[in-house]
Amino acid sequence: MAIVEIRDFEKTYAGGFQALKGVTLDIEEGEILALLGPNGAGKTTLISAVCGLVSPTGGTAKIGGHDVVSDYRAARSLVGLVPQEIALDQFSKVADAVRFTRGLFGLPRDEAHIEDILKKLSLWDKRNERILALSGGMKRRVLIAKALSHSPRVLFLDEPTAGVDVELRRDMWEIVADLKKDGVTIILTTHYIEEAEAIADRIGVINGGALLLVENKDALMARMGKKELQITLREPVTSIPKTLASYALTLSEEGEMITYSFDAQGEATGITALIADLSKAGLKLADLHTKQSSLEEIFVGLVGESAA
Amino acid sequence: MNFKAVWAIYFFEMTRFFRTIGQSLISPVISTSLYFVVFGTAIGSRIQEVDGISYGAFIVPGLIMLSVMTQSLSNASFGIYFPKFMGTIYELLSSPVNFVEIVLGYVGAAATKALFIGLVILATSALFVDLQIDHPLAMLAFLILTCLSFSLFGFIIGIWAGNFEQLQLIPLLVVTPLVFLGGAFYSISMLPPVWQSVSFFNPVVYLISGFRWSFYGAADVPIGLSLLAISGFTLLCMVIIGLIFKTGYKIKP
Ligand SMILES: Nc1ncnc2c1ncn2[C@@H]1O[C@H](COP(=O)(O)OP(=O)(O)OP(=O)(O)O)[C@@H](O)[C@H]1O
Ligand SMILES: [Mg+2]
Repeated sequence: MAIVEIRDFEKTYAGGFQALKGVTLDIEEGEILALLGPNGAGKTTLISAVCGLVSPTGGTAKIGGHDVVSDYRAARSLVGLVPQEIALDQFSKVADAVRFTRGLFGLPRDEAHIEDILKKLSLWDKRNERILALSGGMKRRVLIAKALSHSPRVLFLDEPTAGVDVELRRDMWEIVADLKKDGVTIILTTHYIEEAEAIADRIGVINGGALLLVENKDALMARMGKKELQITLREPVTSIPKTLASYALTLSEEGEMITYSFDAQGEATGITALIADLSKAGLKLADLHTKQSSLEEIFVGLVGESAA
Repeated sequence: MNFKAVWAIYFFEMTRFFRTIGQSLISPVISTSLYFVVFGTAIGSRIQEVDGISYGAFIVPGLIMLSVMTQSLSNASFGIYFPKFMGTIYELLSSPVNFVEIVLGYVGAAATKALFIGLVILATSALFVDLQIDHPLAMLAFLILTCLSFSLFGFIIGIWAGNFEQLQLIPLLVVTPLVFLGGAFYSISMLPPVWQSVSFFNPVVYLISGFRWSFYGAADVPIGLSLLAISGFTLLCMVIIGLIFKTGYKIKP
């Protein structure tokens, strides 16, 4: 059984705008799911409706088998939420803020656990500082610490690395990887495709309130990934020889490079034949190089298609 | 019932109060003293006695009520408005707490602060006049009920308010006038008959009258009616809060 089961989930805001158009999604225990989508796609709305910040207007969502509306106590007990916007009581001290969240979840004080979390997030030195004295990146860590204060089994991270520098972003990825090791299921949204590429097990693409696809990251990249073979010639040519017209080739402007696009999953890539035909045509090869299209290109392609 | 959550909220709110305890206490103490100087001395020298009580002593219950009501309102409305304004309300909405627990935490803290201030004003008053409390238990009960009901009312205002102006609108425009016209500084019986009748539509009259009765045994309205009024008001506020959370009004889109 999936730990998060979302079925035909809908949200129409009071103004009549439909931000979620029937999303169905299963999230397996222990996986990292990255939700990608342009601004206004509905990522935050989806997370908010699952976590209780927004009332869904259709469909259901269950966490650990508990409905998020009718059995909200049991469902929410399993969930930690790091919101997109930094929202903290500026006058609280770091450790107190974390204790507060733990209290809201009805758990007894556990200083050892709080120490553990704060150390993991490099906040231990700051534990007695007021939040207003922290930098933006530190504040985001406090949000994460709060979300972890009750040892959730499912963690929602809404753009955890927005406005975070490169180093801190790497730290964040490590934190996520550590949490995964502890068996925490993680759902994160991001605009950085390399982030999804780096840490996610599965990737969901959402646009206009609809889930366009959810797929294993590697499978997605392999399936959607076009490969390109770049052939550098020893001597430039002015045009591609007629004998090679049957191949999908493009010639660079200077005439020293030919690019061949092929489907990496296809049974015959046509590379062997191409190379043979190239030498038959009298072309001398200086270098060969293959390139796989990135998730970013896949993403832009998908979102573009759905918009068209 | 998630009592740990209630306690977490209550404790958080009380910490905020104690962080600024100096300000929280100094202003009511000073304003009370000023009231005694102005009303007690200046006016009191003309109005010797009301219902057989010295004017200075007569205004003590009204003064306490005035402070307790405004304090309850501002504490409770600010207490819940602030998380809404700062966005920290996300935490309350996404944790396993129900609205009764949220209300208990916020309203409980607001009422405690107001009660605290009420007692401080009572003590301050004792420095200026000879106090006499005929029914101490009833006095406490009235005080606590007033703190509670006005904190509930404040909670509603805090949820309803969309900005800081609105937050102060109702206390300023409705409650303060009602308190001043509610017999805090005079007995209703001192008014011309027409105004006496009008006054009985003012709910605050019943509270102040009942509270004063617990001090001096004299009241403008029967004590049972006063109790009924405050209980009814408390109940009404509870029902409204229940509806707010049921519909998610202004807190859950
Ligand atoms: N409270 C609201 N009332 C009305 N419309 C809303 C509300 N919140 C969000 N929306 C609309 O719903 C749509 C989805 O918003 P959402 O915040 O879920 O997008 P998102 O995918 O998280 O975008 P971003 O990447 O910018 O964070 C947007 O068009 C937004 O304007
Ligand atoms: Mg968002």
